[in-house]
Amino acid sequence: MKAFTRLFTRLDRTTRTSLKVEALEDYFRAAPPADSAWALWVLSGARVKRSVHTGRLREWVAEAAQIPLWLLEESYDAVGDLAETLALLLPEPPKADRDPPALHQVMDDWILPLRRRSDPEKKELLQEAWDRLEPQERLVFHKLITGGFRVGVGRKLVTRALASVVGMEPAVLAHRTTGRWEPTARDFLLITSPDADLPDPGQPYPFLLANPLENGPAELPGPPECWQVEWKWDGIRGQLILRDGEVLIWSRGEELVTPTFPEVAEGARILPSGTVLDGELLAWKGEGPLPFHQLQRRLGRKRVGRKLLDEVPVTFLAYDLLEQGGEDLREKPLKERRRRLEALFSQRNLESPTKVDPPGESRAGLPLALSPLVRVESWAAAAELRGRSRELRREGLMLKDRESAYGVGRIRGPWWKWKVDPLSLDGVLIYAQRGHGRRASLFTDYTFGVWDGDDLVPVGKAYSGLSDAEIREVDRWIRGHVVDRFGPVRAVEPGLVFELAFDGIRPSSRHRSGVALRFPRMARWRRDKPPSEADTLAGVLGLLQRMERDG
Amino acid sequence: MSTDLIRLDPCGLYVPAADIHVDPWRPVERAVITHAHGDHARRGSRQYLTSRRGQGVLRARMGTDARIETLDWGERLRVGDAILSLHPAGHILGSAQVRIEVGGEVWVVSGDYKLTSDPTTTPFEPVGCHVFISECTFGLPVYRWPDPKEVFESILEWWEENAASQRTSVLFGYSLGKAQRLLAGIHERTGRHGAPGPILVHGAVHRLLAPYREAGIALPEVEMANRSSAEQAGGRALVVAPPSAGGTSWIRAFSPSSTAFASGWMRLRGTRRRRGGDRGFVLSDHVDWDGLLNAVEATGAQRVGLTHGNTAAAARYLREDRAIDSWALPTRFQGEAGAETDDPEADDGGDTPRTDDSSPKGGAAT
Repeated sequence: MKAFTRLFTRLDRTTRTSLKVEALEDYFRAAPPADSAWALWVLSGARVKRSVHTGRLREWVAEAAQIPLWLLEESYDAVGDLAETLALLLPEPPKADRDPPALHQVMDDWILPLRRRSDPEKKELLQEAWDRLEPQERLVFHKLITGGFRVGVGRKLVTRALASVVGMEPAVLAHRTTGRWEPTARDFLLITSPDADLPDPGQPYPFLLANPLENGPAELPGPPECWQVEWKWDGIRGQLILRDGEVLIWSRGEELVTPTFPEVAEGARILPSGTVLDGELLAWKGEGPLPFHQLQRRLGRKRVGRKLLDEVPVTFLAYDLLEQGGEDLREKPLKERRRRLEALFSQRNLESPTKVDPPGESRAGLPLALSPLVRVESWAAAAELRGRSRELRREGLMLKDRESAYGVGRIRGPWWKWKVDPLSLDGVLIYAQRGHGRRASLFTDYTFGVWDGDDLVPVGKAYSGLSDAEIREVDRWIRGHVVDRFGPVRAVEPGLVFELAFDGIRPSSRHRSGVALRFPRMARWRRDKPPSEADTLAGVLGLLQRMERDG
Repeated sequence: MSTDLIRLDPCGLYVPAADIHVDPWRPVERAVITHAHGDHARRGSRQYLTSRRGQGVLRARMGTDARIETLDWGERLRVGDAILSLHPAGHILGSAQVRIEVGGEVWVVSGDYKLTSDPTTTPFEPVGCHVFISECTFGLPVYRWPDPKEVFESILEWWEENAASQRTSVLFGYSLGKAQRLLAGIHERTGRHGAPGPILVHGAVHRLLAPYREAGIALPEVEMANRSSAEQAGGRALVVAPPSAGGTSWIRAFSPSSTAFASGWMRLRGTRRRRGGDRGFVLSDHVDWDGLLNAVEATGAQRVGLTHGNTAAAARYLREDRAIDSWALPTRFQGEAGAETDDPEADDGGDTPRTDDSSPKGGAAT
């Protein structure tokens, strides 16, 4: 735990990638496999099941710190990180000889058993842990038991560091650490041994992610013919794996979601074993996709009822072929992968490969289909089509380099997402709350309202879009214009107007305004506008009606 | 509250019985100044009263024309119907608490204070009173200060590491108080074991060393920090500079460097990370949570007014858990308690000593 805490501290201290990699390498070089396994597990974002109800945890820490619970909450509000708040509040550990256990012992002896204990036993176990850990070790411990471990390193960085320590290609290691393995010394040694023959058929490939195309395609290298154009679908990225007679569906978050999409899993059995598809999971009915909020009803379910299957059928739209006949195709150029993908689908009499967009594409309700190519003669034609994205319930266009290999992660070059311009409205800042993490103690979480008669009704919350200097200025303004407080939330005078950009709008019974915005963010601070000139609820509802009608 | 010895008027804390203000926000006839930081000592008042130990730094801030009178620790002065005296607050050199007695009732205004050890100040002395007006910049239980000894050890370790890899160590701390405390603390240690390299200081820090040396505070030999002195040191130097120097072209002259902040706000990871420095050392000149509770208890006060920071939470805690009648005093003109002053960008409680005294904040408010 000492070494892992030192790693955490080093990672936490720096924003420089080189120093982070150095810290990770130092750790993996020295740590025993049982510890490395857990470190790799948590640092690459895999979940440790929450073992204590955080409400309980707060009560016990308040009790140990001899403060009332509300004061703990006030403290959390100022700190912005629960694990850290609890570590800061606990009394100093006894000065006696402490021998903090190794990371794997912390996991095996404390954290994993914790889940099966009764409340009084949990409390006792936690007290034992607190007594044996230094304050900074406690912070790490709390991060482990509350199940959210983020220290500014992604899987990619962890993989890179570990690959260099064990002498493997990062891509190979990334593949092996994606998906199913257990944080044990045995599995760790297996996936980090360069010659290991891995029997598990279920591993997905790391996803290739697209970069946003900020200024349009004109600045891309090569004419439109060099680019494969597709719609950008408003669904969930997924990987469909058929190996050894088994069908697996992985989400981009590397969660196994096979039971959530039984119709897709069933439909995919038509494909031969040794096939891996990259594509989009979409709610699809009749001639086109359903809005994203319909798809959301299907998510997170272990079992899906008949009724929901009928109301929100899901289709997997394939757009890439990563493996065929058990052969890894990722190094082949996209045009070759696409050719094979189309041939495969045509063979199985799935989506006709000659079928192309623009709109009116069919084959509704099939659980498996091909994401059609969009043929464009020029970038101008592409721009025109992109302009119709919203009415077609698409997010824009994807532009993929036809010669490119299927790389790992968000690399610049091969894939670009050219999203439709966001919708926007002018909202008045009405509530503010302190941020978390890096922005703890500044008021950075804002709620915006639009006019409903003389009232401002909330339509959305936004956290991003302002510069650090603007955030500080807004923070100062907020502190001077508080009119009411509800716990951590401050109501402020209507004074500041912001242009909010958002990707969609849907009816919501949870919001007083009756609508909720999708991905709202601050496009700019409208210093030029008085609050009286902000948008009205009637205007927003009109927008919703137009979108429902068009879509 | 009509019988209160102190009330809030547009200029700040006012003592009607003595017709005098404590740390007024605007120019007044007579001002008692707890200490020379910009948000406590403002230019333009006709007459100032401060501690004898604090006279030098206040003079450096208020200019040669200001009329400054002084009191020794505990020396009693009758002003109108009130008896005033000043008592050590332990915040910076000469920082005082103000004791006000009228007809047997005693109020104490703490100014900024701390209970942790600091060789550059006279240690805080609790003063028995009926009503205690206390600062509360760090009034939440997450703020508990480590032993300064340990903090200085880690500062030296950091400096040594940097020196070994020829990276200049740039340490940010306020030019008045924090910088001298850092220098004195480092001096205490390096005096015995030797320093990893020379100590260089920013001009704003340099200007305020004289009053400290004159007051008999042991400070190390320092040089002005600039490109040539840093180059001469070959990456072994420690540069002490005010936070306002961060990100300027001046600071870039010391590259390659490792930067660090010394402040109570460094107790929180979020602030440490946001400040963008490589390290954060938890070293504050303000009272922490335990210190606040101890100080309140030591005064024996039945009523406690809290100012700066998380006043609402601390006041509620004193009322509900310690049965002490406690309330939050607004600071300056902000609506939100702790406005401005709990902004970590302003560092230790908005004690924003400026490198330039003519800046709007340090100058006379209108």
